[in-house]
Amino acid sequence: MNVRLADLTDADIAAERELYPHVFGRPIAQRLKSWLGWGGGAALTLYCLYRFGFFSGDFLHGAGKFGQLVASQLFPPTGYENLPLFIKVIGETIAMAFLGTLLGALFAFPLSFLASKNITRLRPLQFGTRRFADLLRSFDYLIWALIFVRAIGLGPLAGIMAIAIVEIGTFVKLYSEAIENLDRKQIDGVTAAGGNWLHRIGFGVLPQVLPMMLSNTLYMFEHNVRSASILGIVGAGGIGFLLADRLRAYELQEACLIIILVILTVYAIDYLSKMLRERLIGDHARREPVDDAAQT
Amino acid sequence: MNIREPTALAGAKERGSAAQFEERYLAFRRRKLIYNALFWGGFIACVIAAGITAKFDVFTLLKGLPRTTEFLVKMVPPITLSTFAADIGEWYWGIDKWLNSLLNTLLMAYLATVLGTIVGGALSFLAARNLAPNFLTYWAMRRTLEIARTVPDIVWALLFVMAFGIGPLPGVLAITVHTIGAQGKLFAEVNENVSPLPLDGIRAAGGNWLHEIRYGVIPQVMPNYMSYTFWRIELNVRSATIVGFVGAGGIGHDLFTSIQLLYFADAGAILLIVVVTIMLIDMLSEKFRHSAIGKASFSH
Repeated sequence: MNVRLADLTDADIAAERELYPHVFGRPIAQRLKSWLGWGGGAALTLYCLYRFGFFSGDFLHGAGKFGQLVASQLFPPTGYENLPLFIKVIGETIAMAFLGTLLGALFAFPLSFLASKNITRLRPLQFGTRRFADLLRSFDYLIWALIFVRAIGLGPLAGIMAIAIVEIGTFVKLYSEAIENLDRKQIDGVTAAGGNWLHRIGFGVLPQVLPMMLSNTLYMFEHNVRSASILGIVGAGGIGFLLADRLRAYELQEACLIIILVILTVYAIDYLSKMLRERLIGDHARREPVDDAAQT
Repeated sequence: MNIREPTALAGAKERGSAAQFEERYLAFRRRKLIYNALFWGGFIACVIAAGITAKFDVFTLLKGLPRTTEFLVKMVPPITLSTFAADIGEWYWGIDKWLNSLLNTLLMAYLATVLGTIVGGALSFLAARNLAPNFLTYWAMRRTLEIARTVPDIVWALLFVMAFGIGPLPGVLAITVHTIGAQGKLFAEVNENVSPLPLDGIRAAGGNWLHEIRYGVIPQVMPNYMSYTFWRIELNVRSATIVGFVGAGGIGHDLFTSIQLLYFADAGAILLIVVVTIMLIDMLSEKFRHSAIGKASFSH
């Protein structure tokens, strides 16, 4: 068919429009629906802005105060005489993240087999373990930290426990997903050669899932260094305690130094962990656990 | 590994290569053993160093753990079947207050997601290597976004509380800043993966930079943007529940007070509300993500 654009008349276009309305534009009902959606969203946004006082004088007052804080009191960072203390406490923060991640991984490892559909045939047990892990994971680190601070006292131990508990939840999920995705053939091979349950795990399952598990664990360690740096705000040890303390005492310049140190630490750990992960499992290392990729 | 030249005598060759194999295998085993010993030695040294640095004390932990379970048990008051309604009513005596805090929390998360996505989305075009007007803009924008998201939202909350006073407003601002950083980075990465062909077409038809973004980039990236935004709502609801710990509004404030004052039943009631809300939001967001954009376009 040879139709030249110049030959088309308005009548042709109108006829086509009558025949195939959806080519020229979405139907009115659909358009109305999406307008209503966007309009409702915008209205809700305006209401929220009003509700939280963005339109009041307080907001302008606060914004002015914040600008002044940032411009005149935050920079330049000072308190270099406390640098050894800060570095020591950052070391404590990293140690908390390390031990918390390790403890979480140790406890999650056996549980993750219970939570895997292809390993645990007893459905209620598998389902129950999964939901238990979800429950641990659904409370934030800070909430667990708050509970542990009340139960075992101020200090890094509470922070380690908070990280460990959340991590049990996360690792059971990540590990059991890795286990569920494994290749059946290796396990069948071990079974065919007369292997028992333990042999199947040791020679069929572990060689396939260990690299993925290690990479996930390293990734969560990286993530937990960030978490550990704020747990101190509720008294659970680490650099967050000093940071909150300096902020509450209006020693903003020193707080600024701490924030810079934390950022540098986080970068260094990210870099190291990324390097290790790429070594461990090559290309797979770039695929990060879905839940946390956006948190970084 | 280099392979030896074959020798003339087959028997000698076989014996030679078998011995060679033995030898190489032993060397390989030795090397592996040394690597393993080094790795585990280093690992155990790390564990010990971390234990000392973080003052890890098993006895304190063993003493504290029963108390933790005791706390957790106390969070659910005795409920009997015969007086079920009354018991629940007593447990949830503050339901009106808590639901109001919960509404605040959800609205805080919503507003912060909207504001953060709008600003972060706008900045993401400047932070994408292929779309930024020049390298300096790209570099500066990347660093700014990095700082916005590396500083945890609760630290932003502490800063904003100092300027704006206690209440949900500093909480919204804190989560917004963090969201700008996170969305800016994720959106910029999506932007960097767009096909340049439609952009070339628009430029050829005489479009300017804004036209390129509006008609060339947006249609390509919208599905990913939407999925990241629904996901961000999930994360922001979590954040909104904890910024209250430092006075930045939401249900976190009620939770913090009740745990500080050792009102365990209250804490349990609030925690239950939080968990149910977070699970519902997760489910809804997942449903939206899949239905609004289709599974195919939801990729990380």
